[in-house]
Amino acid sequence: MIELLHFEFIRNALFAAVLVSIACGIVGAFIVIKKIVFISGGITHAAFGGIGLGYLLNINPVLTALPFSLLSALAIGILSKKTKISEDSAIGILWSVGMALGILFISLSPGYAPDLFSYLFGSILTVPISDIMIMLILDIIIIITVLFLFKELHALSFDEEFSMIVGIPTHTLYLILLCLVALSIVVLIRVVGIILVIALLTIPATIAKQFTTKLKKMIALSILIAVILTITGLYLSYIFNLPSGATIVLVLAIVFMISTITRKFLIQKI
Amino acid sequence: MDNNIAIELKKVYFSYAEVPVLEGIDMIVKEKDFISIIGPNGGGKTTILKIILGLLEPDKGTVCIFGNPPKKVRKCLGYLPQHILFDFDFPITVQEVVLMGRLGKRSIGSRYTKNDMNICLHALEKVGMHTHKDKDLGKLSGGQRQRVFIARALSTEPRILLLDEPVSSVDTQWQQTFYELLNELNKEITIVLVTHDISVVSTYIDKIACVNKKLYYHGSKKEGMHKVAEMYECPVQLITHTSPDDPAKGSNK
Repeated sequence: MIELLHFEFIRNALFAAVLVSIACGIVGAFIVIKKIVFISGGITHAAFGGIGLGYLLNINPVLTALPFSLLSALAIGILSKKTKISEDSAIGILWSVGMALGILFISLSPGYAPDLFSYLFGSILTVPISDIMIMLILDIIIIITVLFLFKELHALSFDEEFSMIVGIPTHTLYLILLCLVALSIVVLIRVVGIILVIALLTIPATIAKQFTTKLKKMIALSILIAVILTITGLYLSYIFNLPSGATIVLVLAIVFMISTITRKFLIQKI
Repeated sequence: MDNNIAIELKKVYFSYAEVPVLEGIDMIVKEKDFISIIGPNGGGKTTILKIILGLLEPDKGTVCIFGNPPKKVRKCLGYLPQHILFDFDFPITVQEVVLMGRLGKRSIGSRYTKNDMNICLHALEKVGMHTHKDKDLGKLSGGQRQRVFIARALSTEPRILLLDEPVSSVDTQWQQTFYELLNELNKEITIVLVTHDISVVSTYIDKIACVNKKLYYHGSKKEGMHKVAEMYECPVQLITHTSPDDPAKGSNK
């Protein structure tokens, strides 16, 4: 396995796996405890519009996906809190409109869309160094924001109404949380693809939540779980020549099932 | 002496999706009053609290807290909600819950101080939960959790304490202690207590407001009881709490 590290694309893939794990470990923990999985799914799919725009303008689709997912995060947050539209409906609308825009942009762009598949289903082995730099910067933004706002975001996730009464700006904080989700989605798109992003945002955090009752430990544990499992998935996909994104997600799902069953079994024994 | 008015509601109307809940509520709560808002289920008691907190905007009428709109002075209110829906697996400890009461006392992002920690520990001592401070909230019983939420309301160091069904899930033994605690707090702060169960209107409470869409009665407790009966449309008996040195209780032991 060591000789694999001589390949640059393998080294990049390992870097990407670590960067992805940091984003999904931190933001995934908040997504799971605040129960905004479906919102995150909506933002992810809306980001496809940004990918399409990248093809149309002939620039790196990761760069165009960034403003697209941020705007859709803000749109979902504002539409559901300030108007009478339910959050559920706002998600559904943005989800499909984003996808529709993406398809339209791609069909308008000249020629065939190369590696479109890798944005839909991910391709960790072909992540270029330029994208790794973008992922690194977004990770740093996520880490700094969460370090700074940790207890506010923790309180918001637990009891939004009370947080509002004690005088913290809950609407703004909620929008910041959704923007963090948007950033982490952009970090993840290259590795697992739009269709599978939600697996990395939820599965490691859900596994971690079964083994600890402290939020900080939950975040650390989900980062660790994500690192181990994405690299395992990556290795398996390399050995058996399988699509990397799908293999990673299935490895996550299998470990999730094992951990849930063992935990249940352990609790019953006690 | 207008400056000792803590809460003033003037002709407040409120409806949820066209269904009227409050119709023309006029109410004045003076500083250091201990008032209980009573009334049947769905009578609008919780809605009044939420309007006082500025969580809901009245359709018509005005609300003033110490002469200001609620949103401006919210920080001086301590609140115990009726139901706190949360997932029992939510990663949070008792101390972290109570510290939430200190969140608004500082600029965003700054750490809790030693003083915040002491205030929280003190609030937990008052409700007898300080030995559980490092426990997970989800592992406590319903009554213990309610005491933790009472501590959270106290940790904001409020000038007005708003309690929505505070003793609904705690044992009667602790209810006694709780009312004594409220009585002690009442020397400094105003207390508004909402309940649908008029048998818990304790001897410590000096004023009542009876609400069922409209305000039926607002004033001292003794004269109000027949009005309560009118509102509930059945005879009502006020059961008073016995004091701890009550001989009848002592002989039971």
